[in-house]
Amino acid sequence: MLTCINDTMFPETGKAVVRLLRRLGVDVDFPPGQTCCGQPMVNTGYLDEAVPVVRQFTSAFEGYDAVVVPSGSCVGCVRHQHGLVARRSGDPALVDAVAATSPKTYELTEFLVDVLGVTDVGATFAHTVTYHPTCHSLRMLGVGDRPLQLLQQVRRLRLVELPAAEECCGFGGTFALKNAETSVAMGSDKVRHARGTGAEVLVASDNSCLLHLGGMLSREQAGMRVMHLAEILASTQDQPAVVGS
Amino acid sequence: MPPFPQAAHTALADTQLRSNLRHATHTIRDKRQRVVDEVDQWEALRTKGAQVKDDMLAHLDEHLLTLEASLTARGAIVHWARDAAEACAIVAQVATDHGVDEVVKVKSMATQEIELNEALAAQGIAAWETDLAELIVQLGDDLPSHILVPAIHRNRSEIRQIFLDHMAGSGRPAPADLTDEPRELAGAARLHLREKFLRAKVAVSGANFAVAETGTLVVVESEGNGRMCLTLPEVLISVVGIEKVLPRFADLDTFLQLLPRSSTGERMNPYTSMWSGITPGDGPQEVHVVLLDNGRTNVLADEVGRQALRCIRCSACLNVCPVYERTGGHAYGSVYPGPIGAILVPLLKGVGHDAQVDSLPYASSLCGRCYEVCPVKIDIPEVLVHLRAEVVDAHRDGWPTGMDLAMRATSVLFADPGRMSLAVKASGVANRVVAGLTGLPGVHGRSLPGGRAAIGRLPGPGAAWSDARDLPVPPRTSFRTWWTQTHGGRDETAGGRS
Repeated sequence: MLTCINDTMFPETGKAVVRLLRRLGVDVDFPPGQTCCGQPMVNTGYLDEAVPVVRQFTSAFEGYDAVVVPSGSCVGCVRHQHGLVARRSGDPALVDAVAATSPKTYELTEFLVDVLGVTDVGATFAHTVTYHPTCHSLRMLGVGDRPLQLLQQVRRLRLVELPAAEECCGFGGTFALKNAETSVAMGSDKVRHARGTGAEVLVASDNSCLLHLGGMLSREQAGMRVMHLAEILASTQDQPAVVGS
Repeated sequence: MPPFPQAAHTALADTQLRSNLRHATHTIRDKRQRVVDEVDQWEALRTKGAQVKDDMLAHLDEHLLTLEASLTARGAIVHWARDAAEACAIVAQVATDHGVDEVVKVKSMATQEIELNEALAAQGIAAWETDLAELIVQLGDDLPSHILVPAIHRNRSEIRQIFLDHMAGSGRPAPADLTDEPRELAGAARLHLREKFLRAKVAVSGANFAVAETGTLVVVESEGNGRMCLTLPEVLISVVGIEKVLPRFADLDTFLQLLPRSSTGERMNPYTSMWSGITPGDGPQEVHVVLLDNGRTNVLADEVGRQALRCIRCSACLNVCPVYERTGGHAYGSVYPGPIGAILVPLLKGVGHDAQVDSLPYASSLCGRCYEVCPVKIDIPEVLVHLRAEVVDAHRDGWPTGMDLAMRATSVLFADPGRMSLAVKASGVANRVVAGLTGLPGVHGRSLPGGRAAIGRLPGPGAAWSDARDLPVPPRTSFRTWWTQTHGGRDETAGGRS
C-alpha cells in the first residue's frame, strides 16, 4: 500500500519501495482500489467519515499475502484503529474484513527484517545520514532498531546519531494545524538537533513527519535534505537515489 | 480560560518559562528512567497496578461500602459528596463547627479540583497550603502548573522574590537578607509554616490511597509537612476521590513501588503516612472523610475512558510530554495539566459544551510517550482519540467548521478510488498552476534543497502551516499515474519524470 501523502506528494518513495521489493524477489502489485488508511479522519475524531475509507482499504487488499506500507503511522492506524472504526460501523462483515487485513499489514522495515529475513538489501548510498525514529513506528509498532540494522548495511553510508532521537517531531497529523505554534516549537528542536549532527540527510520512515521537518529546514534554508528510508534502501551503485529531490 | 492553542501562545513566547520547564522535566524524567531501569519486573509491576485498579473499578460500589464500614468502625465520620459544592460545604461546616477561621492543608489534588480554598475563603476561613511548592504558588497568587511540582514554572530567584513580597501577609515574614540558595529558601518556608502547624486546630488533606479492608488512608510525600498536618491538629478532614480506594492492604505493596519511582524518580519517598480513624490520645481526635464523586461515576460509565480512573497522579506523563514541556501547565486551564489532564478533565466535565474543555483532547501530537511511562498503563493516546470522536459527534448538528468540511470531503474522496485518481491528477495540475502563480506578486515561490519547487506562504487557513514551514509543490506525476504509465514500473522509460 502506498499512503495518500506518498501518492500525491512523494511518488519517489513509492517507486523506491517497488524497486527495492522487486530486487529482493517479491511479486509487487499496486491495487488501484487503494486510497488512504483513514488516519487523518480517525485521529481527528471523525470516525463516521473513516468508515467508508476503512471499507475501501479492506476491499482493495483482499486476496494479497501481505500489505507493505512505507509509513509506521499508517500501519499503526491499520493495526490499532481499523478495528475500532469497524466496530463503530456496526457492520460485522467489515469487522471480519479488518480482522483479515490488519495482521498482514507490515511497516516496510518489519517486512524486510521479519518476513523476508534480510538486513542487507544490497543498497549503496554515499552520504552522511541521521535517522529520526518516528513516534508511531517507535512506540505504536515497536519496530525497534530494524531501520538502523538496515541502514548499517548500506554501502558507503555514514550513519550519525541524532540526539534526543525519540522525541516527537511535532507533526502529529492535524495537530500541525490545530496547534501550529506548539508543533513548530517541537519541530524547531528536532531540526536543531538534526542540523547539529552535520549530516547531509535526515531520514525517517514516514513522509508526513518529513513533510513537516523538511518544510522547516527549507524555511531555515538549512541545506539539509530529508529523505524517506525506502529511497536510501532502493539506492544502488547503478541507480543511485537523487538526494533531496 | 481560552482554548488550548490560544492559552499555549503565551507560554510558547515565554523563553524563561520554557527554559524552567525544560530543565525541570528533563531532570525528573532522567531520574525516573534510572530508578525504573533498576526494577527487573517493572513491566509486570505496571500490569499488576493496572489490574488491581481495574478489578477495583469493576466493583467500586462494594469497595466503597466496605471502606465506609471500616472507617466508621475506627471512629471516623464518613461523608459522601456528589460534586464540588457538596464537598466544599461539608469541609466548611466542620471548620465552622469548631469555630476556626483558618485551616492548614497538605497538598491535595482533590481539594484543588473542587476549589476548596476559594470556597473556604468565601466563608471567611483561610486555608494555608503547607507543601513547599503549593506555598510558593499560594503566596504568589498563582496557579499550580504541575501535579507533583506545582511551582515547576518558577526558578529560585523568582521564589525568593515571592517569599520576600508575600510571606509577611500571611504570617511570619521572610528574613530580609534571604538569598536564593535552596537551603535558605527551605529554611524560611519551614519557619513560616511551623507557626501555622502549631496554631491550627483543623487540617485538610487528600489521600493517595484508601484501603477498604482496613479503613486506612495513605499520604505519600517528600517533605514531612504533610505529616505535621496529619498529626498536630485536633481535627482532620480528608477529601478523597472515590477512585482512590484499594480493596486490600496488601495492594499497597504494588503502588508504593510504582508511585515514587514514577513521580519523583526515587526508590522510596521520604514520608509515607497512614491513619485509620482515631487513635485515642494520639493525633487528631476527630477524623472526617469526604468521599468525592464530582464526575468520577461519569468517567466510570465511559468504556474507553474509565481507564483514566486508574491514575495515581504520579505526573510521569507530564514530564515526558513534548507538548507540556513547551506550553506548561497553565495552558491546560485545569488543576490536571499535561496528557492525563487532557483526558481526565473532558471525562470529568463532559464534552460538547465548553470550547476550552473540547480543545484539550487535541492538545497532543499522539506521540505515545505518556502511555509508555504510565505506571498503571493508561492508554492516553487511545483515550485522546476516543474523546476527539466524542467532541466531533457532540457538534455534528451544529454549523460545520472548516475541519468538518475538509474531513467530509476527504472521506468522500478516499471512499472511491475513481475520485481519488481524479484528485491526484488535479494535484499534478496544481503543480502547473502553482508554478505559473509563483511568478505573480503576493505568492512566494521557493525551492527546496535539491531544487524541488515549494510554496513559501499560503493564504487563509493554510497559513497555520506555512507561517513557519514551506510546502513542496505536488509533483506533476503522482505514483498512481507513474504506475499506470510504466505498466507497474516495469517500463520506467515510459513514465514521466516527477
